[in-house]
Amino acid sequence: MPVRVGVVVFPGSNCDRDTVHALSIAGADPVVLWHEQASLEGVAAVVLPGGFAYGDYVRAGVIARFSPVMRAVSAFAADGGLVLGICNGFQVLAEAGLVPGALLRNRSLRFAGRQVAIAALRDDTPFTRGVSVGTPLRMPVAHGEGCYFADDATLDQLERDGQVLFRYVDEAGRPAGPAEPGNPNGSLRAIAGVLNKAGNVAGLMPHPERAAEAILGSDDGMGIVRSLVESAAAAANTPAGLVGSAGAR
Amino acid sequence: MSRYRYAINVTPKAGILDPQGRAVEGSLGHLGITGVSEVRVGRRVELTIDAVDAATALATADRLAAELLSNPLIEAYAVEPLAGASSTISAAAGAD
Repeated sequence: MPVRVGVVVFPGSNCDRDTVHALSIAGADPVVLWHEQASLEGVAAVVLPGGFAYGDYVRAGVIARFSPVMRAVSAFAADGGLVLGICNGFQVLAEAGLVPGALLRNRSLRFAGRQVAIAALRDDTPFTRGVSVGTPLRMPVAHGEGCYFADDATLDQLERDGQVLFRYVDEAGRPAGPAEPGNPNGSLRAIAGVLNKAGNVAGLMPHPERAAEAILGSDDGMGIVRSLVESAAAAANTPAGLVGSAGAR
Repeated sequence: MSRYRYAINVTPKAGILDPQGRAVEGSLGHLGITGVSEVRVGRRVELTIDAVDAATALATADRLAAELLSNPLIEAYAVEPLAGASSTISAAAGAD
């Protein structure tokens, strides 16, 4: 039976259908979860998709953070449940304190909407088990507030503890510098995605679900989507709280 | 119950990159203005709080500022009482 993976829909989400489609390609049974519901309907993993939840008012992600569904997602994450936030979903996770750091206005002050390359730093997480470390993955970004920020001590700690999951890279897979073209938003240390300490919650600014089929220009995003679906399937067959390779090293 | 009015001023913390502030600074030359620096762009939220006393109202404003209106990782806030803030609710309600 296909594993059930939830896709949260906030007012203003606009990548939810793409995410449902990509999850279907990966063999999952996607379950749409409305922002006002307090139940996750027994899904084995949750994706917070991209968009502009609640109009991005005040700060991107902050109003979504207080929605009923996010209380359920927080409890799910605290129990070891797998949660992936993409773009606006990453902003929601950061505002909710489920992943470290904050997403600031792009340094260019311009909306960045184009193809970029990122690379995973680990292949032993539920989100990257099917991805090769250091291999450039081409997928789009589409955001105005994606400049990853944390203070220096936190950045050092994240690097030391393996919580930096993705970096923006050049064609050869080397970390991008602080500016465009490699780094679309000025993220510190070219960080494109991070993990929480326990290793079961991840967020990234680029859109793997928009790089799900070759006809879209790239299917490199499917490595991440498939990793999540396989990990969710493994978690669904494992006693609660014992999600295979979820632990951060 | 009384009615209290506040402004909550949210600004980027010292050392946090503020591209908007930089853009404003960069535009000053076009206006022929010189000698302006350290521009920081923030947000101001004005609101009215009904509470039994000023301390309770201030505590509500502070919680709202800390949990919703600012992100402690990147922003600082200050709660500023606004003039003409206090009147009884029954009197104020008549005006609504």
